[in-house]
Amino acid sequence: MQVVPFLVVAWIVVAGLYGIVTSRDLIHQIICLIVVQSSTYVLLLGVGYVTGGVAPYFYDIPLHTKAVDPVVQALALTDVVVEAAVTALLLSFAIQAHKRFGTLDPHELAEFKG
Amino acid sequence: MTSRQRLWFFAVAAAGLVACYLWAFAGLPGFGHYPGPYGQVILNEAVKQTNATGVVSAVNFEYRGFDTVGEEFILFTAAAGMSVVLRKLRGERAHRPADETGSAAAARPDQAGSAIRIPALLLVGPTALIGWWLASHAQANPSGGFQGGVILASAFILIYLSGEFLTFRRLSPVALLDAVEAVGAAGFAAIGLAAVAQGFPYLYNFLPLGQTPGAVSSSGTIALISFFVGLEVAAAFVLIVGELLEQSLLRQRSA
Amino acid sequence: MTPAALMDTLQVVALLLVGAGATAVVRTRNRVRQVLALSVYGILLAILFLAFQAPDVTLSELTVGAVALPIVLLLAISKVHKRAQPPEPARPARPAQPDRKPER
Repeated sequence: MQVVPFLVVAWIVVAGLYGIVTSRDLIHQIICLIVVQSSTYVLLLGVGYVTGGVAPYFYDIPLHTKAVDPVVQALALTDVVVEAAVTALLLSFAIQAHKRFGTLDPHELAEFKG
Repeated sequence: MTSRQRLWFFAVAAAGLVACYLWAFAGLPGFGHYPGPYGQVILNEAVKQTNATGVVSAVNFEYRGFDTVGEEFILFTAAAGMSVVLRKLRGERAHRPADETGSAAAARPDQAGSAIRIPALLLVGPTALIGWWLASHAQANPSGGFQGGVILASAFILIYLSGEFLTFRRLSPVALLDAVEAVGAAGFAAIGLAAVAQGFPYLYNFLPLGQTPGAVSSSGTIALISFFVGLEVAAAFVLIVGELLEQSLLRQRSA
Repeated sequence: MTPAALMDTLQVVALLLVGAGATAVVRTRNRVRQVLALSVYGILLAILFLAFQAPDVTLSELTVGAVALPIVLLLAISKVHKRAQPPEPARPARPAQPDRKPER
């Protein structure tokens, strides 16, 4: 239990990178990039977890209950939303590439110059 | 390089990467034994200092407010960048947009039936309300500008999903969305500058902190900032979806 | 089982499901199916974040991963997919006549 989250993070990173390396389609590559990014959320939350802690919201629980770390949650939270917008920007690049060159295969796209 | 060579190269590189990861994780103090003092200090002090019971939002908009300004501007730039990248190329012409309801629907048998359209339209109102509520109650509960903004945007997207494309375009003109997004982003920056104008550091919490922790009017600038962030995120996402929808109307003249 | 052991089990199961979900997303080669797999992966991640006592991140991941990202991806896919077929001018559909004999 001490190391399981970190092993899963390493697995997700390698799986996502494998998908990017062996991909023949830009959209498949973009989705594998999303998977790699999701590993960072798991890592952030895994680092900040306190055994026996509750969520850091003190609306109806007494003030000094043991709670998990709120800073990493704040980082992961903005991360998730911003990732979607950056993915949309990447997709717009893919759309324009398809319009110009007619293909979404990264091996063929690499041969076009300018 | 053939693809088999590529795979072997990747295997070696991935093995090295995993080895470095595991070496780094070995230095961490195990899962569940978070040692760092920063989190504990914030948990002890946040409610007293800001009167906000949602400590994560307090961290997002007050203690690490500067990081959040940066993230929000990433969102803003991504939406603006999409408008630039997806401009009309030479030789492209636009279709006339059509609703997927009414007489047009009769000619195209593969439509979303009433089973999708009616619940989608019914859910637009509650979704917008939930999004608005989430964006304005950041200081009390697990809510905040980012989540509320995305849900508010999905209320608009539901209109498109129920087949009313023309209504979606009429309700979300690009000029209005640009203005709302700019107001959201500039509002956040302006609150910080307003603190500077009063002699405090940038993004200092200068509004009155209220009596009860977690009430709507408590926590000073946190609730206000969260509201502006909600506006900006909602406008950015509706802009993004609108841009992609415009693309589906463009057609290459020399196909 | 004690509550702590139950929580541990929940977290380990959620982590393993997330690992399996990531593998499934990467291994799917068809575009639309991969988007749906990504949507399910988003829900699995949301369950994991809830097990890690992070309700705010759960909300964000649910709205983004199950709503916003699939919509954006499907719109992009439909844009690049449509261009594979030649665009047909809008015309009222003619009734199909399967038994047409060639006229002499």
